[in-house]
Amino acid sequence: MSALTKLTLKGAIDGLAAKEFTSVELTQAHIDAVEAARGLNAYILETPEQALEMAAASDERRAKGEAGPLDGAPLGVKDLFCTKGVRTTACSKILENFVPAYESTVTSNLWRDGAVMLGKLNLDQFAMGSSNETSYFGPVTNPWRAKDSNKALTPGGSSGGSAAAVAADLCLGATATDTGGSIRQPAAFTGTVGIKPTYGRCSRWGVVAFASSLDQAGPIAKTVEDAALLLNSMSGHDEKDSTSLDIATPDFTQFVGKSVKGLRIGVPKEYRVDGMPAEIQKLWDDGVAWLKEAGCEIVEISLPHTKYALPAYYIVAPAEASSNLARYDGMRYGLREEGANLAEIYENTRAAGFGDEVKRRILIGTYVLSAGYYDAYYLKALKVRRRIAEDFDNAWTKVDAILTPTAPSAAFGLGENSSDPIAMYLNDVFTVTTNLAGLPGLSLPAGLDANGLPLGLQIIGKPLDEGTVFSVAGAIEKAAGFTAKADKWW
Amino acid sequence: MAIDAATVRKVARLARIAEPEERIEALTQELNGIMTWIEQLAEVDTDGAEPLTSVVAAGLPLRDDVVTMGGEPEVVTGNAPKTVSNFFVVPKVVE
Repeated sequence: MSALTKLTLKGAIDGLAAKEFTSVELTQAHIDAVEAARGLNAYILETPEQALEMAAASDERRAKGEAGPLDGAPLGVKDLFCTKGVRTTACSKILENFVPAYESTVTSNLWRDGAVMLGKLNLDQFAMGSSNETSYFGPVTNPWRAKDSNKALTPGGSSGGSAAAVAADLCLGATATDTGGSIRQPAAFTGTVGIKPTYGRCSRWGVVAFASSLDQAGPIAKTVEDAALLLNSMSGHDEKDSTSLDIATPDFTQFVGKSVKGLRIGVPKEYRVDGMPAEIQKLWDDGVAWLKEAGCEIVEISLPHTKYALPAYYIVAPAEASSNLARYDGMRYGLREEGANLAEIYENTRAAGFGDEVKRRILIGTYVLSAGYYDAYYLKALKVRRRIAEDFDNAWTKVDAILTPTAPSAAFGLGENSSDPIAMYLNDVFTVTTNLAGLPGLSLPAGLDANGLPLGLQIIGKPLDEGTVFSVAGAIEKAAGFTAKADKWW
Repeated sequence: MAIDAATVRKVARLARIAEPEERIEALTQELNGIMTWIEQLAEVDTDGAEPLTSVVAAGLPLRDDVVTMGGEPEVVTGNAPKTVSNFFVVPKVVE
């Protein structure tokens, strides 16, 4: 029944509605695919019994005419979302045995709409990383390989498990989170579609916190329409998250396929960075040409503070992380190590429970918040963050959306960048600005490089204007005609 | 070097992370590399810029000060490394 796993989410929901197959059949096909793909290490926990129970319940609902918008569709869940009674680790040792007593709001919304959970997906530890290599459970391997090569490539990070699972047809869609690019960069590296919505669209309640003013949930999916379907369900006000926006969620699918004629599309000159591969510049030019063809007006714009976004991020995010991760003290949950006194117990617990990258970021965050450095670093970074938001405010007086590449390269080899933190951080150079400004950003696959690896384009929208982002993405998807899939080797 | 070994030891202590002495030199270099890269922020003219702490313009919502959940001590302590009768067991801190 491998044909069932090849379906898009929309195709599967239509097939279920037409009674061409049942959710139990659809779910079993995915369970089989997940089992056969353990070599990718995308799932760190499989929940087949629960999946089949949820699928059977879905089939019953459908028989009674009570099917929800995602009813019967098997999905994967990034292991940063708490799932009631199902181990949730953030891919860390410190939470290795943590079993939440509650369900995150985003996943609750998906189950409310009938979706089926296949299991928990691998990620960089506490979502800190761009290659999935900081996971306590080992990295995910990208289903894509370069032409004539067996080299294991990164699926990107931090949502590498989500992206790889969608790319390898191990689920119809997946939840993910994005603090600096963690949805969009893995989507670009795996030929999938990912959207980080406007900050506040999705509730953060029940999502393991990394940097609270930047963290935002979103889907990774096979198509733009599938991403819109998933975001419909994931979004919505939640009184348990004080930053969740109390506004109605539009039906995002209505925007996919809508004409983009007359839209003004910004092309920021500062995103032409030194050393960017010619193929990525070419893809960007293709995107511009496709949108022109579709009737858009292309406008060169300037976002002058772009180059300062990453350094500002590496103050703001670690500062917030050092505060958020202070909760892991070994007393109320998680790992506890022994020590001669309380301080030693804390220190030994956190030394054993956190990986190197997490420790590095906690130390930077502690340093920039410590007495004497707060103004020079943290306050300065927040002011630069204001400048970056102002850059976008200025742009919105001239354009309706912005087109950029998603990442400065295609997927690289596992181990290639892991010894140089700054080289790794530069992966997020095109995505991090939207986190700092709270804007929606979507990545979609638009072409292959000379090695046959997928490359992504990013569309950035005004606050709460995911609708235009989906329309532009739909137009590019149609023009690009990207249908390539990774050749199955796993 | 902006960050010396003593600073790394102090910050690790503040962050409650035990860093073995043989890691301090490498950490000092790593953190210095990152902070040197971050120094470029000094180039940005931020005179008059309000620090941006939240991209959500709305104020913080208020709710009635009433109990909305609770009464489940076994659930609250369910993941604790050490418990006795639904209490967290923590090391003795007062002699």
